[in-house]
Amino acid sequence: MTDALFALMILAYGAGVLAALMGGAGKLGRGAVALAAAVGAGAGTALGVSVIVSGTPFSLFLPDLLPIAGGFVLQLDSLGAFFLILIGLGAIPAAIYGAGYTAVYEDGHGSLRFLGVMFNLFLLCMGLVTMAGNVLTFLLMWEGMSLTSYFLVMTENHEESTLRAGGWYAAMTHFGLALLLAAFVLLMNGGSGSFADLRTNAAVLPAVARDAIFLLAFFGFGSKAGIVPLHIWLPKAHPAAPSHVSALMSGVMIKLGVYGLLRVVLDLLGGGPPWWGALVLGFGVVSALLGVLYALMEHDLKRLLAYSSVENIGIILISIGTGLIFHSYGLMSLAALALIGGLYHTVTHASFKGLLFLGAGSVLYATHTRNMEKIGGLIKLMPWTAFFFLIGSAAISALPPLNGFVSEWLVFQSLLAGFSIPKPDLAILMPIAVGMLALTSGLAAACFVKAFGISFLAIPRSTEAKNAQEVPLSMRIGMAILAVVCVGLGIAPVVVVPFLGKIIDGLGQLPQTMPGLTFNLTLQTPDAFGQISPTLAAVGLLVILGLIPIAFRIFRVNRSLRLGETWGCGRTGQTPRMEYTATAFAEPLRRVFAELYRPTKELSIDFHPDSKYFVESIEYKSEISPLFDRWFYDPFLRAVRFISRQTQRLQSGSLHLYLLYLAALLIILLLVARWL
Amino acid sequence: MGYILVIVQTLLALLLAPGLVGFVRWFKARLQNRRGSPLWLPYFELRKLFGKEPIVSTNASWLFRFAPYLVFASTVAVTLLIPLIAVPLPFDAVGDLILVVYLLLVGTFFLSLAGLDPGTAFGGMGASREMTIAAIAEPTVAVAIFSLAIGAGSTNLSSIVTATLSNPSATLSPGHVLAFAALFIVTLAETGRLPVDNPATHLELTMIHEAMILEYSGRYLALVEWASWLKLLIFFSLLANLFVPWGLATTLTPLAMLVALVTLMLKLAFFAVVVAVLETRIAKLRLFRVPELLGVSFVLALLAVTSSFLLK
Repeated sequence: MTDALFALMILAYGAGVLAALMGGAGKLGRGAVALAAAVGAGAGTALGVSVIVSGTPFSLFLPDLLPIAGGFVLQLDSLGAFFLILIGLGAIPAAIYGAGYTAVYEDGHGSLRFLGVMFNLFLLCMGLVTMAGNVLTFLLMWEGMSLTSYFLVMTENHEESTLRAGGWYAAMTHFGLALLLAAFVLLMNGGSGSFADLRTNAAVLPAVARDAIFLLAFFGFGSKAGIVPLHIWLPKAHPAAPSHVSALMSGVMIKLGVYGLLRVVLDLLGGGPPWWGALVLGFGVVSALLGVLYALMEHDLKRLLAYSSVENIGIILISIGTGLIFHSYGLMSLAALALIGGLYHTVTHASFKGLLFLGAGSVLYATHTRNMEKIGGLIKLMPWTAFFFLIGSAAISALPPLNGFVSEWLVFQSLLAGFSIPKPDLAILMPIAVGMLALTSGLAAACFVKAFGISFLAIPRSTEAKNAQEVPLSMRIGMAILAVVCVGLGIAPVVVVPFLGKIIDGLGQLPQTMPGLTFNLTLQTPDAFGQISPTLAAVGLLVILGLIPIAFRIFRVNRSLRLGETWGCGRTGQTPRMEYTATAFAEPLRRVFAELYRPTKELSIDFHPDSKYFVESIEYKSEISPLFDRWFYDPFLRAVRFISRQTQRLQSGSLHLYLLYLAALLIILLLVARWL
Repeated sequence: MGYILVIVQTLLALLLAPGLVGFVRWFKARLQNRRGSPLWLPYFELRKLFGKEPIVSTNASWLFRFAPYLVFASTVAVTLLIPLIAVPLPFDAVGDLILVVYLLLVGTFFLSLAGLDPGTAFGGMGASREMTIAAIAEPTVAVAIFSLAIGAGSTNLSSIVTATLSNPSATLSPGHVLAFAALFIVTLAETGRLPVDNPATHLELTMIHEAMILEYSGRYLALVEWASWLKLLIFFSLLANLFVPWGLATTLTPLAMLVALVTLMLKLAFFAVVVAVLETRIAKLRLFRVPELLGVSFVLALLAVTSSFLLK
């Protein structure tokens, strides 16, 4: 059964590659590529579900495929299976959506053939990352995933910004790969690379080596997950990629960084000292807060979403960090609660961020712009897209009864349990984390009121927006699937949470956690610290909503309606220029957090030559300076440029000089060899 | 039996909310040497608004018409969860304090969207300010919840109440007092009272809540106004019953219920007087000074947690 599903997955992706190679253009070609990808992802999901339900890992050894370092080994356990399901969750809607969306490349400004091949290979590599059973397989698939996604980012390679984005992405992902290589070399410690051996060997490694492995793995996987300050590539690469690919990268791929972290730190290393967890928690808090603060200032819809992914990765890390702290103090049921919260937010974020990126893609498809200041009023022209985007916005703002609320509730509850930590100086950090998480979620709500309100409500701000049309059916289906998932995960956590409990069962010596956590219709945390039932809350909300119109009838409320102009203090005729803009919406928060943003303002007013009471034109320019670009990356890049200019001197072009270099190098090597 | 209690409690909240606002207005007027409008004016306001035909902007979408229903429903849903006259409640397992906070955020979220929908600058201005203040108030609320939860060992509302009832000395513990102060400041901000927002003004430079709902009329305005009055009642009764829970009925005898009803009204009246005095004594803060005030409340909440943590 599992073998058949695995074979189907490989074959489907293979068929997708073939279909793309045969052209991949036209309605049929795009449909075939999408169908293959969706079937492959669906088979992967089924495989994941069967592994978790049956509890027996799926394994496949192909030592002949790669006759070095243990060969090609696949071993899918329940942790990997969870992430394989996550890939399916993101990939099926993205593939269906892509069938319609890729029509924009029919005019040749991006190669459909290349896009289709890479899309299927990307999904395949991601799937195999979760299945990798030894270091070689893992790193190969990891790199495959990075490269295929790099090529996907480069789809619109005629744009200057895409080239820059691709460069950043390639650099950051390989920086991460270098750290991971080092981490795994240390972890292997001269032994075999199979994960089973690593697990047994890790226990006898010296503490320093374990610490080094943790740090290398954290920053290595962190560069993929997009933690601050390694988040720099997300807001560049995600907007550049085709939107269904952005949805996958933001919703799914960066989560594999979380997978890697859990795999190495909790599974292979078996947990560590409390400061590991505290470090993860600290980076999580900073990422969450800075992510949302930068998202607030963005007016490019897709960049805004990319920054918001940084925020959500932060929330996931807050939860995982808390779980690691509990784990190192042996508070196992609390550790399970925190990890369940982290995993819940992982799948939650995959669903709503996927949905929002697809929604942003639809806006881009219909209006050809990502700039929020140039759209507006789309709710009437694109009612379906608007509705789905609204669900995504409400979910990401953690509004009950949607999925964002459930996962944030779990994260809050695990942080609130922080006072059980026996060490006061660590426990006292918990309320600060609670406050920062609450601030993050409040700011996220403000951010998505802005994103939805400015883009979809009021009057269109440009002719492109005025002429926008609803997107094709396949794109709507893609969004609809994710919207249903958002609602489903929101009202049915009692189904999902025990499933997640099964996944972390046994991970890093976590005991069977189910007895400590009872989940019936209401979610309940250990010792009944908190209880909610989003299901009943949703029912209650709907009942009250339904009662209002009934009460209106009973009490004979005036139910007529008149349409009229918006009130304008006496002026007649309303134009889009009178609307509130995204910049203006974010202005109060820009002022409140001015210390962080360091905004620069430029105001130039042209007065009428006769009187300064008549203004001819006003130009307002305001920019914020990103902290990390300025203080971290710019100096670094300057240093790199400086060094490369210095080394340039060595390159004279004279053959004699190069021969001299070679001779000198040889002598030095001989001397060194003699010494050793 | 318990379910009847909850429904009675909700109807009571709906009924009392306009009266509470009327009382605040009347008392404030008396303090300012005005005769003031009668206590029951808000009830007439509601009746008038429900009878009028609303005018909706041609720019607005379905969201504008739907938002008042959702704002009202989510606020009413909160009254099903909070202890007004008795504990424990049958819906304790449905929602805790965190759900209450986020249900109220639903209202803020959709009202802000509705503010943007007609396309006026006023609406956008109000929406932007409302969301800013809601976001900055959020950490205080969360940390104050943390402090209460540590004391009671639960985020469940009824558990917090019973924990305080069974351990009266906790009321005067520093953690409790500081958390109360922090939540009081947040109450002023969240319910749009002075010094954060002036509920009596329609002057465009200072308004927040009023700017957001400027385009509403008729039954829509009635729902929005009623919901905001209800929100005031919710915050007052949370402050009253979580921190000073005495009077709440723990058994369902008629006498206990009567006592609970009277104490609830006395407590609400007390907070109404405090707010009226405050609003007479202090001026509105500039918008960009509000974060400082909320920063103070956050620090108070943090101190509350720290002390309840150390003294636990």
